[in-house]
Amino acid sequence: MAKVTIDGIEIEVPDGTTILQAARMIGGDIVPPAMCYYSKLKTSGGYCRTCLVKVSKGSEKDPRPMPKPVASCRTTVMDGMEVLNITSPEVLEARAGVVEMLLLNHPLDCPVCDQAGECHLQDLAYEHGKAETRYEFPRREFEKIDIGDKVQLHMTRCIMCFRCVKVADQITDGRVHGVINRGDAAEISTYIEKAIDNDFSGNVIDVCPVGALTDKTFRFKSRVWYTKPVDAHRDCPTCSGKVRLWYKGEDVARVTARKDTYGEAEEWICNSCRFEHKKTSDWVIEGPTKVDRHSVISANHYENLRLLKASIDRQRASLPHGDKVDLGTGALNPNNEEK
Amino acid sequence: MSEKTILKFSDETAAIAKKIVARYPEGRHKSALIPLLHLAQAEFDGWLSVPAMDCVAEFLSIQPIEAYEVASFYSMFNLKPVGKCTLEVCRTSSCWLNGAEDIVRHLEKKLGIKEGQTTADGMFTLKTVECLGSCGTAPMLQCGGDYYENLTLEKTDKLVDSLRAEGKARVYTNDNPVNID
Amino acid sequence: MGKKILLANDHIEGIRFLDTYRKHGGYASLEKALKSMTPEQIVEEVKTSGLRGRGGAGFPTGMKWSFLAKPEGVPRYVVCNADESEPGTFKDRYLMERIPHLLIEGMILSSYALGAKTSYIYIRGEYFYVARILEQAIDEAYAAGLLGKNILNSGFDLDLHVQIGAGAYICGEETALLESLEGKRGNPRIKPPFPAIAGLYGCPTVVNNVETIAAVVPIVNEGGAAYAAIGVGNSKGTKLISASGHINKPGVYEIELGVPVEEFIYSDEYCGGIRNGKKLKAVVAGGSSVPILPTELILNTAAGEPRLMSYESLGDGGFATGTMLGSGGFIVMDEDTSIVKNLYTFARFYHHESCGQCSPCREGTGWMEKILHKILHGHGTLADVDLLWDIQSKIEGKTICPLGEAAAWPVAAAIRHFRKEFEDFIRNGEHVNDVKHYYRLNNLTAPIN
Repeated sequence: MAKVTIDGIEIEVPDGTTILQAARMIGGDIVPPAMCYYSKLKTSGGYCRTCLVKVSKGSEKDPRPMPKPVASCRTTVMDGMEVLNITSPEVLEARAGVVEMLLLNHPLDCPVCDQAGECHLQDLAYEHGKAETRYEFPRREFEKIDIGDKVQLHMTRCIMCFRCVKVADQITDGRVHGVINRGDAAEISTYIEKAIDNDFSGNVIDVCPVGALTDKTFRFKSRVWYTKPVDAHRDCPTCSGKVRLWYKGEDVARVTARKDTYGEAEEWICNSCRFEHKKTSDWVIEGPTKVDRHSVISANHYENLRLLKASIDRQRASLPHGDKVDLGTGALNPNNEEK
Repeated sequence: MSEKTILKFSDETAAIAKKIVARYPEGRHKSALIPLLHLAQAEFDGWLSVPAMDCVAEFLSIQPIEAYEVASFYSMFNLKPVGKCTLEVCRTSSCWLNGAEDIVRHLEKKLGIKEGQTTADGMFTLKTVECLGSCGTAPMLQCGGDYYENLTLEKTDKLVDSLRAEGKARVYTNDNPVNID
Repeated sequence: MGKKILLANDHIEGIRFLDTYRKHGGYASLEKALKSMTPEQIVEEVKTSGLRGRGGAGFPTGMKWSFLAKPEGVPRYVVCNADESEPGTFKDRYLMERIPHLLIEGMILSSYALGAKTSYIYIRGEYFYVARILEQAIDEAYAAGLLGKNILNSGFDLDLHVQIGAGAYICGEETALLESLEGKRGNPRIKPPFPAIAGLYGCPTVVNNVETIAAVVPIVNEGGAAYAAIGVGNSKGTKLISASGHINKPGVYEIELGVPVEEFIYSDEYCGGIRNGKKLKAVVAGGSSVPILPTELILNTAAGEPRLMSYESLGDGGFATGTMLGSGGFIVMDEDTSIVKNLYTFARFYHHESCGQCSPCREGTGWMEKILHKILHGHGTLADVDLLWDIQSKIEGKTICPLGEAAAWPVAAAIRHFRKEFEDFIRNGEHVNDVKHYYRLNNLTAPIN
């Protein structure tokens, strides 16, 4: 077991726990946001950099602070470690910078995006970003493409979290899509026109944090906040059959996996459950879903966000101004290398 | 619907490819992907078409997407057809300080094409590339497997003329002997 | 004349070939090691030598070697990083093409010291002809019993292979290199674990630069103490410097660490002064990623001491007034050089080379290039300089691998030391009306192919 303190809150966690997992065990405002990390997908995380935190004390044994902010999703806790997240203005400023980068090539058109209301990037930008973008160049754009008859890929909205690639690698066999090109030309693609077709391919929709991969059987059928989620199950030969039904009036508008507080699927579901069972009679209804803080259909969603944002803004206001951020932080200075 | 083109390595190339695969431990044959893509590019007209990449994927028993992912990451792999000689002019700092831009402009004029284009006769493709590690002998360009260094406009002219006379450039393969003086 | 230990024989005709190399003392080090030294003793000598990684980071090699995990029954690998791609750096290419056997001898010694049975030299794809030279030299070594089974009857076996890359600067980062060697995209890994614990194929691996591995040969031959006697402070031994730019004698020079920068630039033994009798304006001392310094700060430290070619002296003053030795890519600029334009070539380079894995680098490098492109064509505003400064600060230290820093530092240093030039350029620069490049969608991203 290791004792770790995050923003002044102490918790004891099993060895091998990451800072992010430890923070999730504590819960609340001190949990760093995560756009690419997905606890059910191996080797996910570390890419988006939104979960950066400051390690102000490495461990009891080696109390030195870590020289750079670290990705909390990929950094394991050490006994005695002290971590600053929302109590560090430096972290909040760095995170705002990351949000700006993520939005650089992402269209700012939430009102016309089908993901609006359940988009993690939308929430992230609202909670941790700044009011305006300073980017003045055109954003990259792609045509929408169908990867199979049920899933649509719109690369224009992709933030390169790589979750969908990991889903294909880890829960389906014979991955046919991946990352092609490099740098800011990189894209998720099948390269040649090819359908992603296997029993679990629909899960790429659930793991996508933005509106890049969407369910064609649901696209623009309804705004998500006009639908009502209900947990249900069926006896499915392929998957657990535990799903969430999204009702519009009397009709099942779509079927998704059940998602936890952090928007992660609790269990993967098969395409048959997702796309082919859209009648109430297909399902045993368990009852209305308990709606979490991250949903626009939760009570006081935007009020809660406003309060969180106000608290973050207060932290940020305590940042000293000017160009003090540079001039060789310790680790980067060659003179410090051997110390 | 037209039938899918299937490419196969020639026997010689397949033999080289097998030797390359043998360099890696059991089960790690995917390590041969980049060397084999080079072989495929050399064998199949200097660029990697989908069938060319599929040929490599098949040879290594990997998913085709793995070959596409890798081929599109590295700048030396051409995913579109190129001319017989690709003139790759370095444009980073030291080369720029020593007149790389003049070389590019001169070549554009001489070949009648813009950077990134191929001449109508399919002989030359003109590209600018990032640092090729020839900063002390700048400006320079690479064509095929060779470096042409300390370029002047006159030397560039001569090079183009001699390449045109030879009709082809040396290509990257693992079995193409280089004259070592 | 400084002492040369790597390039002492580089001008001997035929030194590329085994016979001549052996005639001039080649493979004596290997014979000595295999006959009379244990692997541990070699590691000790390397520690004693004070040798630091010559690829740019300057991490003590002996320490890196001692971190290597040695679990029973798991193979270990030595991988040579010959992916030399840092703009301004061409020393490894020179060494490999002139004296390939020096690297091969160093690889055998390092593999013996670290217990590797298979080793790889990963060389950038553009160095295609150099790879051929290495392969021929390796063939010679196999034929002479210097590679393969039971090397020199010592019972030590080693296979050595050359692996060529295919054009990606990022593969010079050691974990990206290992990914590439495994046949994948050159995406740097998230650390820990470090390669010493889980490197190539998940096995303990040491990745060292060409020059570092070559330096093991004289260290074994003459002893670590003799190597450590050369140099100054914690900068031991000699360093290959790639000198380029506006100088009379560009080329690769082996220097004893501690040579004054002024001597290096102006003496006929080295760069031979600025070309065409012009004045010195600025120097990028260690490859494109290290901070550029203006004349007064490269020749002398802020305290007025003569600046020396050493890790400590070049680093004196931190990034406020100092720089880094880096990979030793020494780019000299004369008084007529536009710092703004030079910076643009660097920014374009890093944009082109970003792997695209993590967001600050993927998005930020392109953004900086676009702003510099805009300034360069007379469309910049004074606020753009502050914006550039802010963007680089949002990249530095926030990324998976050091490419973020490498992209941020040149921008920061150019603005720090030459801000006025940016402002003058923006006020008085030529205004090009037809700047469509970055305002067209299809040109937004780096042309990969």
